[in-house]
Amino acid sequence: MEKIKNLADLRKMKDNLQNKIDLREKSDSPEAIVQIKVGMATSGIASGAKEVMNYMIEELDKRNIKGLVLQVGDMGYCYAEPTIEVTRPGESPVVFGYVDIAKANEIIEKYIKNGELLDGILPANYESIK
Amino acid sequence: MASYKMHLLVCGGTGCKSSDSMLIVDKLNEELKSHNLVDEAKVVMTGCFGFCEQGPIIKVIPDNTFYTKVKPEDAKEIIEEHVIKGRSVKRLLYVDPKEHARVSDSKHMGFYKKQIRIALRNCGFLDPENIEESIAREAYGALGKVLSEYTPQQTIDKIKKSGLRGRGGGGFPTGLKWELAAKSVAEQKYVICNADEGDPGAFMDRSVLEGDPHSVLEAMAICGYSIGASKGLIYIRAEYPLAIKRLKIAIAQAMEYGLLGKDIMGTGFDFEIELRYGAGAFVCGEETALIHSMEGERGEPTFKPPFPAVSGYLKKPSNVNNVETFACVPVIILKGEEWFSSIGTEKSKGTKVFALAGKINNVGLIEVPMGITLREIIYEIGGGIKNGKKFKAVQTGGPSGGCLTEKHLETPIDYDNLIAAGSMMGSGGMIVMDEDDCMVQIAKFFLEFTVEESCGKCSPCRIGNKRLHEILTKITEGKGTMEDLELLKSLSNVIKDTALCGLGQTSPNPVLSTLNNFWDEYLEHVVEGKCRAGQCTALKKYIIDPEKCIGCTACARACPVNAIEGDKKMPHEIKQELCIKCGSCYEKCKFNAISIK
Repeated sequence: MEKIKNLADLRKMKDNLQNKIDLREKSDSPEAIVQIKVGMATSGIASGAKEVMNYMIEELDKRNIKGLVLQVGDMGYCYAEPTIEVTRPGESPVVFGYVDIAKANEIIEKYIKNGELLDGILPANYESIK
Repeated sequence: MASYKMHLLVCGGTGCKSSDSMLIVDKLNEELKSHNLVDEAKVVMTGCFGFCEQGPIIKVIPDNTFYTKVKPEDAKEIIEEHVIKGRSVKRLLYVDPKEHARVSDSKHMGFYKKQIRIALRNCGFLDPENIEESIAREAYGALGKVLSEYTPQQTIDKIKKSGLRGRGGGGFPTGLKWELAAKSVAEQKYVICNADEGDPGAFMDRSVLEGDPHSVLEAMAICGYSIGASKGLIYIRAEYPLAIKRLKIAIAQAMEYGLLGKDIMGTGFDFEIELRYGAGAFVCGEETALIHSMEGERGEPTFKPPFPAVSGYLKKPSNVNNVETFACVPVIILKGEEWFSSIGTEKSKGTKVFALAGKINNVGLIEVPMGITLREIIYEIGGGIKNGKKFKAVQTGGPSGGCLTEKHLETPIDYDNLIAAGSMMGSGGMIVMDEDDCMVQIAKFFLEFTVEESCGKCSPCRIGNKRLHEILTKITEGKGTMEDLELLKSLSNVIKDTALCGLGQTSPNPVLSTLNNFWDEYLEHVVEGKCRAGQCTALKKYIIDPEKCIGCTACARACPVNAIEGDKKMPHEIKQELCIKCGSCYEKCKFNAISIK
């Protein structure tokens, strides 16, 4: 192990190691960043939810967007899988259906970045109890 | 490097470890392997989450799901349900004691809602045996900043302005302490970390050392730079093996990375840290006794002045701070003294860690802002009194403190308010008592501790406390007199005024404080021969209700001293002068005819 020679070294090292605990840091204050829930029940996985989830995690990171991708159970929209629910900080959640990679890209660029609504929003048919 | 989508944080504090949490780590890893998920989810052993009552604990990131009382055999279900299918394992979720509902994640738990974590910021968050996780969380960033941007005096001024006070009990301003040591001129000075945590029920220092050792090491180096010391010593009791192990790992890693040792971060500043083990004597938490013990002398206190800042370890200027105090320092440097002093009350800044114990639902370690009320701690964070009983008192400050009662529930807790209420902050033990606790017995319990732990050097403490204990014993046996109560008071005050060290001077506090707050309970013991909590065996009176007794003779046959008389099928009677209050009859009676008065 090479010794840390100065403060700049240490800071660089911190930045490089950041991804080790990034997930934990973000989970500490989830309400401050965009949260994306991916429905990962059998129907979701069969329609490609796992690929969408991986894509979301990687792309948010690449595009430098602070976001938290959570894996959840069945959201009840089996007809429209893969389904994802996006919550921008301080806003009500919005559910998108039939999400493939192209759609996921559009959601990131338009809705997550700018709050622009787009096609494919499913009507919320439930209310979650707190 | 794999980018994990999920972290499974498993508590590796002493509490959870003793309930097999390391086996859980192994099982989780096995399951991940067999499901081919090692690149997706990562198991991390962390420090204490504080919620020891419900351990072993697993927290799943990113959804903050909080699993309690997890057993090794639950690992399979957690991986198969939660990690693969995204469904939480409902039966392992925490149940709110008031609402009786399962709580999905830590953000919605009353236990965590009112807490602000500064000293415990990394406990339950980082793997304490991995310096890289600490560095990612800015460990040694404060040291680097201080070494390259501030002079020693500027650093001291920052700590002074933050308002940080000693967390070990006395509450002496930390910045001022550093300044005194900095002013002493000597070739060699020492930074000493007091990890001799001895109050019954207190375990915050252990948890910090086990969960986040690097914060303490970093702060000691910052202190060394400020006062001009190149050597640090941690005085830790040998009965903290896990804390010792993790400290050793942390020191070795920090040396390897060049964050301790010679020429730290190229600034020319040298700092080394060694461990010194204590044998566990309570008095060695007092700084002069601690220093003598480190020197190989008997662990006895000596009169101050000279203060350690002038003549301490090996007669060299030394600065002694407690673990929790040190743990606050790096945050103050990084976040700024104004940020720190914005938390808390006028004279007590920042937060304090308390170890909640006794008759309370959520036993554990909490960190709250100074100025929080006792009611918030007990009823909101602590979840109220166990089994719906009535709150009676809470002992703060351990054997040197006193008790707070119902009337103090709304008092904002800080150093000065606790002293005004006849108790003290101490190291932060909080023992909660309910209606079933006898206050004379409580005072006796703490005196027993002091008598046992007195080093014997000065007579007020050695002999005085023994006498106090004898009088209290007499009262609990129903033989106390009014003169005894007077004597308790005057003797306590004499010990307070004349004992040599802080421990002796504060040892009668539990007596004085219970006398003040529960005078009527003492009177009942002495005048009426009654203990309302039913804890003093000698004062118990077993009585047979003639209406309920059918004369089955079961009690008479059970009585070892033949104190029960009565004919078959006729109501029996207990001869009080013969009764030894063993309770055998009470247990034998099938008709609830015997009651305790």
